[in-house]
Amino acid sequence: MKLKNQAVSLDSLDWEILKAIQENSKQTYSEVGRQLGVAHSTVYDRIRKMEKNGVIKKWTIDIDLEKIGINYITARMTVYTDPKESENVAKKLSEAKEVLEVSMSLSEELLIIAKVLARDQDELHSFIAKKVAPLQGVLRIRTSIVTKKIKEERFLIEKK
Amino acid sequence: MTPSSSARILRTLSRENAFYFFTSVGNYTGQRAMSLEEFANKIREVKIASLEFHLYRGDFEKWADEVLEDSELTEKISDLKNLEPVRSALRDQLYVIVSKRLEELKT
Repeated sequence: MKLKNQAVSLDSLDWEILKAIQENSKQTYSEVGRQLGVAHSTVYDRIRKMEKNGVIKKWTIDIDLEKIGINYITARMTVYTDPKESENVAKKLSEAKEVLEVSMSLSEELLIIAKVLARDQDELHSFIAKKVAPLQGVLRIRTSIVTKKIKEERFLIEKK
Repeated sequence: MTPSSSARILRTLSRENAFYFFTSVGNYTGQRAMSLEEFANKIREVKIASLEFHLYRGDFEKWADEVLEDSELTEKISDLKNLEPVRSALRDQLYVIVSKRLEELKT
């Protein structure tokens, strides 16, 4: 595994390991090793290296909040900003617990797009009115509340 | 009403306490008022949809009460809400209420 232009170069075994644990991260090193025909210690070493290099950012779980009685709404918020303040606005949004994702886009204007989670419309509006609109450099905000989710998957890597 | 309480109501507010005009949940128009005087001017400028959105949510009353701490204005806005005005009647009546109050406070 070598660093090349800041991207980490992976060999075919690394790719196979990533694919296996992305499909099921509960597998043991031995189980992954058995599937791929390598020793569990090899799997362990490769995973450690990929963690150290930041290829594997974190190990987590995906909870279905509705199943445990937590009802919430998701919204896509587009924040139009003064270009001089956009980095700061994006940073402040990233710090808010209500905001799950923040990205920037440059189309005709500089936009910050954020995914926001709230218990209901009142909570969503209150967050945007009290915490987002007052930020220096915010010019206007457009928000769409998600009413139906058709697909939500993480990107699954393919063997290279 | 003492001069100091009038001055307090008429003060310029911080960015956090300004009134931000939305047209619906999460949709900020880019218009804000950082004082009662600015609020009066914005009533004539913002979209009617924004005035309707805030009046019937009780946002104007809440701001007048909690931020400006003006109980008289709060009561008048509350009375207006109960009359259920719409469209340009809402804009005109709200403007009259706020601009009259502004005059009272300034004199």
